[in-house]
Amino acid sequence: MEKNRDDDIVNNVWRESGEMNALQVLDREFLEVRAKILEIAASLDRMDRADGDVSMDPNRQLLVRGIDLLLSNQPDRAERFQRLFSRDYHDDWQIEFEMKNRA
Amino acid sequence: MYYIDPHIHMVSRTTDDYQTLARMGCVAMSEPAFWAGFDRGSAESFRDYFKQLTEVEPARAAQYGIQHFTWLCINAKEAENVELSREVMKLIPEFLDCPNVLGIGEIGLNKNTRNESIIFQEHVELAIAHQQQILIHTPHLADKYQGTRMILDMLAGHAGLERCQVLVDHVEEHTVRDVIDAGYWAGMTLYPVTKCTPARAVDIIERMGPDRLCVNSAGDWGPSKPTAVPDLILEMRRRGHSEGVIRQIVFDNPYQFFSQSKHFSFTPTKETRVFESF
Repeated sequence: MEKNRDDDIVNNVWRESGEMNALQVLDREFLEVRAKILEIAASLDRMDRADGDVSMDPNRQLLVRGIDLLLSNQPDRAERFQRLFSRDYHDDWQIEFEMKNRA
Repeated sequence: MYYIDPHIHMVSRTTDDYQTLARMGCVAMSEPAFWAGFDRGSAESFRDYFKQLTEVEPARAAQYGIQHFTWLCINAKEAENVELSREVMKLIPEFLDCPNVLGIGEIGLNKNTRNESIIFQEHVELAIAHQQQILIHTPHLADKYQGTRMILDMLAGHAGLERCQVLVDHVEEHTVRDVIDAGYWAGMTLYPVTKCTPARAVDIIERMGPDRLCVNSAGDWGPSKPTAVPDLILEMRRRGHSEGVIRQIVFDNPYQFFSQSKHFSFTPTKETRVFESF
């Protein structure tokens, strides 16, 4: 019987995933997944800024359910996403570092 | 469309990449000094690196009609070694008169430490003392916001600094506004995973406007795409932006920023003159 090419692809994917434990997969995928989530945030902003309304579009609703965690009613989602993933800034850091005043 | 890539690390790229970039419209580029992927052991390693940036790469680029410019410093990652950094900074003045040197860069922060901050300040003082432009690296990922704010704090403390002669690079959604509002130039780096994608960079352009914004590939030895600037051109065209606005971002803006350096002398080819009205 002729082998199905799709089966090979599925098997290859399965074997590749099966060789790594969860932590290894997380380490390998973290940045890529992080970047993809950021892309979703920016895509939502882009839809909101464009003319027209796609809020009732079935595809849009499907996306909303899938990414419910990222949704809010406020603008600047991408910026808030970035800030969420940022270390805090304190404006007294130069005192903490005992930096010389260069002025 | 002809374009300038204002931030790309060609020492890490093959000659084939020069050929590809030329085919895609790249007519000039600038290459900031950066981390080689390992910590160098002595200042003499940097002397050789600076020779590569000022002698070897301009000749390689010229084979394909691309003008190569550069920026000199010890990068933020190796700046954690203060003693080595000061030895390297002593070398820099002897290279500042090389014909392709635009200024000091890419200085900045990596993990936002005290040592990095001290060496950043000393680089800024070196640039002011020698009347050099500055190109600044901002940190990656979780360190970016804090590090960018720290960099802006430090720059604000230098009364002799002309803000229009400073470009703060690798800005993203959460840092671009502070940089532009403070009067500096801002650069967006188009990377496949970290930093900006072409689509998000165009989002930022649409929200901030095209003034004092540049885009670059920062192509290097890691995951990066040296032809990322043409990807942004395509994304802008797909959204219906005019050729004039696209050209402002990918050619006129870096040209205007570089023109403040006494060593920037762009010599367009015959073809460039025809198509770009020089």
